[in-house]
Amino acid sequence: MHMHKYEKIWMFFGGGSLLVFLIVLGVGAFLQGTQPPSCLTTINPENVEAHESFKQENLGVQQIDENNYVVNVVASAFNYDFGTDEDGNPQRNLKIPAGSTVLFQGTTKDVIHGFQVAGTNANMMLEPGYINSVEVTLNNPGTYTVICNEYCGTGHHLMTATVEVYEES
Amino acid sequence: MTVEMKLSRKEAKLSMAHMWVAFISLLIGGLMGLLQTLVRTGKVTLPFGIDYYQVLTVHGVILALVLTTFFIIGFQTTLMSKTVGMTDRQRKLGWLAFWVMTIGTIITAIMILLGEASVLYTFYAPLAAHPLFYIGLTLVIVGTWIVCFVNFHQLYKWKKQHPGEKSPLLAFMVVINMLIWFVATLGVAATVLLQFIPWSMGIVDDIDILLSRTLFWYFGHPLVYFWLLPAYMAWYAIIPKILGGKLFSDGLARLSFILFLLFSIPVGFHHQLLEPGIDPLWKYIQVVLTFAVVIPSLLTAFSMFAVFESTGRAKGFNSLFGWFKALPWKDVRFLAPMVGMIAFIPGGAGGLINASNQLNQVVHNTIWVTGHFHITVATTVMLTFFGISYWLIPVLTGRKLDAKTNRLGIIQTIVWTVGMIFMSGSMHIAGLLGAPRRSSFSEYGGTEQATEWIGYQFAQAIGGTILFIGILLMIYTFLYMTFFAPKGEEEFPIAEEEEEASPTPAIFENWKLWIGVMAVLILFAYTIPLIDIIENAPPGSSPFKWPIGRG
Repeated sequence: MHMHKYEKIWMFFGGGSLLVFLIVLGVGAFLQGTQPPSCLTTINPENVEAHESFKQENLGVQQIDENNYVVNVVASAFNYDFGTDEDGNPQRNLKIPAGSTVLFQGTTKDVIHGFQVAGTNANMMLEPGYINSVEVTLNNPGTYTVICNEYCGTGHHLMTATVEVYEES
Repeated sequence: MTVEMKLSRKEAKLSMAHMWVAFISLLIGGLMGLLQTLVRTGKVTLPFGIDYYQVLTVHGVILALVLTTFFIIGFQTTLMSKTVGMTDRQRKLGWLAFWVMTIGTIITAIMILLGEASVLYTFYAPLAAHPLFYIGLTLVIVGTWIVCFVNFHQLYKWKKQHPGEKSPLLAFMVVINMLIWFVATLGVAATVLLQFIPWSMGIVDDIDILLSRTLFWYFGHPLVYFWLLPAYMAWYAIIPKILGGKLFSDGLARLSFILFLLFSIPVGFHHQLLEPGIDPLWKYIQVVLTFAVVIPSLLTAFSMFAVFESTGRAKGFNSLFGWFKALPWKDVRFLAPMVGMIAFIPGGAGGLINASNQLNQVVHNTIWVTGHFHITVATTVMLTFFGISYWLIPVLTGRKLDAKTNRLGIIQTIVWTVGMIFMSGSMHIAGLLGAPRRSSFSEYGGTEQATEWIGYQFAQAIGGTILFIGILLMIYTFLYMTFFAPKGEEEFPIAEEEEEASPTPAIFENWKLWIGVMAVLILFAYTIPLIDIIENAPPGSSPFKWPIGRG
């Protein structure tokens, strides 16, 4: 089978840049640790409170040390449970100081949900029976919208909250 | 060179039946799409208590599954009849398949319209639709399997009658596409028959969510190649004839289809990159396999432009880009697919972003993804299918592609392009800003970000409206070509090889070899992760009916 000289050049550079691209992805994933969210821990979806992280008192923002936070969330149709605020009302607005590293950790009690903090790289699927987690560093102050980005039923578009990244004075 | 056969009236009728279902689906599905873009502006509410997600389910099922499958099978039926012939028995089986698929479609449609199946076209468990929704979809798949075996048998029979001869290129391509389809649909059939149907009927209590999703996506990505390859058939083997040229290379065309056969299937995890429960090493391995299809795509791009340039030069346009002007821009049979090809440049680039292990995190489940498949399947593939229709429908109805059809087609192509630039363009941008896909109108508590997204939703509604005008134009043109265009004999364009073309390696027709390699790749990519998923499965999920509004 004849292959035109130009086509050989084209395929050589095309194939070559593909190879470089895949190596970059691989180095990023395996040497620098930027793997997509792939938590392998399972959980009973009908009894998520049995897991330490998802007990009612551990939901929402938990400070680990000066710059590290964990946010635990339980999703259900059509709500994110981040625990309660000081007044005992459901927590809808999470406050985190700028420059913090935040581990978002979540699961679902019923159907599949998405969890995305729009405008950041925090984006993952929450599936019944599994915990999932994603870590991001929030440097830019502002209000970010938390949204469910996987269809979960008639009230899917009403699942929301906010993350407020504030400048520490 | 192979002798083309004449399409009999009976064969044309079978193909035309598929076209009717396809174009009716286009009208219904397009209307649903228009309604969605209008609702998402926040200014329009659906009447009669119709739910947004019910409309979205109709849109996805009828366009992504029904329109595509019926058009492809209708088109491929004519390609097989033309190149390797069809016996009476094969044609009767073709009709059986048509009715099985159509009845399945009707059952599924009734369930969606009754509000018993607002689960979108991906029907992710544990959202539970009525069992008949899944049974209807199963019938559609079973119908396509009959077609698969008819097509395989057609080529087999031809080879028996022509020992030692190379199979006709288009028949070879159809068989590759149906092989991809058959092997891919085994996954979705497994999850629907073994998991969804018994679970939705209450025969078993629980469903393994991750297993069902993995089997779905084992099917879900090859599905997009099943849509794309018929467009490639037209690009490789039909457009050169329309230009007045020859095939660029029979061998390279076959090589590219074989590479699609090998690398279309073991790649489903790139749709599941953000999911828990799957080892990231296997996600990366399937990402690498996903990107292997870049190779046949590059081969195709080169072949297309080589044909354009060499045909132009043969006509005496010798300056550096003079051949570009020599292309038949005023012939809709060329213009529509050509715009489709151009759309595949940004479309393909977007696809690279989606599948790349880490960048996916930025766009996953944002409306960027919706923008992506509207520029690929709804532009590249659809414009090519429309481009095929302008000559295929007259061929099937014994009429001519007249100046009026050509003019309507050119206007349709322009309308479609403008509409899609607005709609897909604003979807891509809004997606990068974080706006979610598959969501009814929402202010998300009135955040600044959500307000910004709504602005883009207005642009999507403008685009959606223009596209719907394009659909009405296409339906009008379809009816005109079917009933009113002047009678005559329209050309069925199939390109021939160059006289002095170098021979195609015989190994390309070694089916056992390629099916074997395909099986090895699938087993490699899926065996260990599937064992992991099953062994480490959490407690299963019972059906959830209330979230989709079922009593």
